[in-house]
Amino acid sequence: MAAVNILTTKNLTKRYGGNVANNSIDFELPTGKVMALIGPNGAGKSTFVGMLCGRIEATDGQVFFDGQNISKLPAHERIALGIAYTFQITSVFSGLTLHENVALAARRYLGKDTKAVEAKVTAVLQRVGLSDRAQQIAGDLSYGHQRILEIAMGLAQDPRLFILDEPTQGLAETEVQDFIKLIRSFTDKTTILLIEHNMDVVMNAADYITVLNFGEILAAGTPKEISANAAVQAAYLGTSPDA
Amino acid sequence: MTDSKRSIILHLSFIAVLALVFFILPDYHTGNLARIMVLAIFAMGYNFLFGYTGLLSLGHALFFATGMYGLGMTMQFFDLSSGSAFIAGLICALLVSAIIGALALRTVGVAFMIITLMFSQAGYLIILYFGEYSRGDEGFIIARQARAFMGFDLSDETNRYYAALILFSICFLVIAKLVNSPFGRTLIAIRENEERAKMLGYDVAKYKLIAVIVSGVVSGAAGASYALLFGYVGATFATVQYSIFPLLWVLLGGAGTTIGPFIGVLFMFYLIDLSSVVTPAYMLIAGVVLVLLTLFAPQGLAGELRKRIFKWLP
Repeated sequence: MAAVNILTTKNLTKRYGGNVANNSIDFELPTGKVMALIGPNGAGKSTFVGMLCGRIEATDGQVFFDGQNISKLPAHERIALGIAYTFQITSVFSGLTLHENVALAARRYLGKDTKAVEAKVTAVLQRVGLSDRAQQIAGDLSYGHQRILEIAMGLAQDPRLFILDEPTQGLAETEVQDFIKLIRSFTDKTTILLIEHNMDVVMNAADYITVLNFGEILAAGTPKEISANAAVQAAYLGTSPDA
Repeated sequence: MTDSKRSIILHLSFIAVLALVFFILPDYHTGNLARIMVLAIFAMGYNFLFGYTGLLSLGHALFFATGMYGLGMTMQFFDLSSGSAFIAGLICALLVSAIIGALALRTVGVAFMIITLMFSQAGYLIILYFGEYSRGDEGFIIARQARAFMGFDLSDETNRYYAALILFSICFLVIAKLVNSPFGRTLIAIRENEERAKMLGYDVAKYKLIAVIVSGVVSGAAGASYALLFGYVGATFATVQYSIFPLLWVLLGGAGTTIGPFIGVLFMFYLIDLSSVVTPAYMLIAGVVLVLLTLFAPQGLAGELRKRIFKWLP
């Protein structure tokens, strides 16, 4: 049976010299849910997910994925366990076709089975609605389509945990609505951790919200609880909690 | 017709043309062509790392020289047959490239260029230091009677041409196959966006090391072939000049294309050959042509062809 929490962290800390970016974070991500990670600029959100997927080395603390301690694993081995990651700043293979971009994601675990790779690519492009552009060069796509392509590359890996770092940044309002529908459709197989600034997306897409502020967890709960939380309002609006 | 079928036809007909021109061209040019094919193996080895993986080395002379001395020394001192000595050359190149790859790949970009250059210079100095055995700059000749393989005298013009063609074809086809395989596609992905490739779960460090080794072994095969077919082993081939040549050839011919390296070597060889007929200051003409080519065909000859006409070119 799958663990209740697909990912947990214990005492996860990152210090840059004397500057504490993340201070002793204990975090739990329930399996099969959409969790949004929010917080003001500089709260340490990107540092935190960077330590989850291994891009940033933690100063202290542990990360457990599906019960296994992955704190010492390099990034590529964590990804191979079933964690997909999309970058905050669009990062696709801009000189290659869409098809090849997605195929690279699928090929890593499907290996030399070209038929399976082909089927996966077709299915994923269909799902995100980019089938008709399969042979286009990724760098020629519009920004919004490149963001969707990033998500397609994540999906093609059949991840158990999908970490999305500000996926809706720079998207048009209509694209954002489609995006919410898209990620809600993943939750049958995938747990999602979403870093997001757009409160519309957070409130409509997330089951749970964790708020970071000054490198520490300020609050955690359902969207309803969070929007009623005085400390969160203070952090976002700058009013004092006891005002 | 699918792109992979086109690619197979292109590669096979390219080899067929090279096999046929021997009967048409005068001796002078077939002699040149044998040399060009061997140097093109070197360029293909270089292109595998530079054109497909995106790693710019300034030390490939070392791999070429390792293959060359690996064959030459084992023939000279251990009386190995040409076939066994050739394999010895490949093994030497494999070991050297594995060690240098493991060390140099700890760096990236400019540092990688400098480290490979330094290793290559160290290799050159080692050859000079052991001049008693290596004969240093002067080099040594591999005796004609030793240069035979399965009864064929490789110093004979015809045998030499076809031996060069066979070696060239093997490397040409293997590399064409490799760059189209999942392994080769991953190398291209690393060239395009290393961070993304890592975050798709690829062990980028391992892939880059294997690429250095493949590139080093192919370059070593070129060095061993050169020694065997032209009967000379010398430290000149370990100088920095022979690290710059493959870079130039590949840039001119088209980095990241399978036929680019051959085209680059052919072009440069005849550019120098023809301009030296016109003036003793032939490098001046060659230099101007190279500058023009870099300005107007920055992706190299085969690269421009791919951009403009044959988009399927592998």
